[in-house]
Amino acid sequence: MAKTIKIRAKAKNGVTTVKALITHPMETGLRKNKKTGEMIPAHFIQEVVCKHNGKEVINCEWGGAVSKNPYLAFKFKGGNKDDTIELAWKDNQGKGDSISAKIR
Amino acid sequence: MSLNQKRRVFLKGSLAAGTLGAAAGLLTPGAVLAAWNKNAFTSKHIDEAIASVGGNPVTTPSKDITIKAPDIAENGAVVPVSVATSMDGVDTIALLVEKNASPLAAVFHLQEGTLPDVSTRVKMGKTGDVIAVVKANGKLFSARKGVKVTIGGCGG
Repeated sequence: MAKTIKIRAKAKNGVTTVKALITHPMETGLRKNKKTGEMIPAHFIQEVVCKHNGKEVINCEWGGAVSKNPYLAFKFKGGNKDDTIELAWKDNQGKGDSISAKIR
Repeated sequence: MSLNQKRRVFLKGSLAAGTLGAAAGLLTPGAVLAAWNKNAFTSKHIDEAIASVGGNPVTTPSKDITIKAPDIAENGAVVPVSVATSMDGVDTIALLVEKNASPLAAVFHLQEGTLPDVSTRVKMGKTGDVIAVVKANGKLFSARKGVKVTIGGCGG
């Protein structure tokens, strides 16, 4: 799969900050194609899951109102350098991607 | 079609399905996706959306919730919003945009140990409030912040 996710996770003072950017059009389904006047079909991420060492830390449900190329940042307690962070998304057309990275 | 041919077709079909499943492996949120709250995300009213997420539409305004968003957003298509709270026992944070056609933008389900501090970027159709609903210890709290939008982000 194409690389659609960029992720950075940093552990500091017992708290890990995770920042992720996903490349995605995030169409609401309410927009019209200006040239043809046809509606652009909805295409947005519905679900994002992030795991730390295999344990889920956050699970997001998104609607079409999240911006194009969505950004997500959150923090969790614990997490050490070189721990594994996994992030995966899935959209309303059944497409998805996942990435695995190390905490820095 | 003879019985034998049918069996061929059946075998082919199940084989294809098998490989597809394997390719989709790895970490997929599929299991949880089935629960994607369609009602909440398509409802046109804030109360309805909050009720679909939190069980009831009644929220208590709270000063312990901080919404960080620009006072004036030049581009409504990309409005950075952060929600943080000092409360304990937060398991869900929902983000709503008051004036959007479907107000609910995002719901974050936090696990134990995850701090109630999330950031993302949302689209805003026009000037209005951004509402954060926090579910802590089974109760719903909310906060709102006005954002002035000069160019809408939901139109064509």
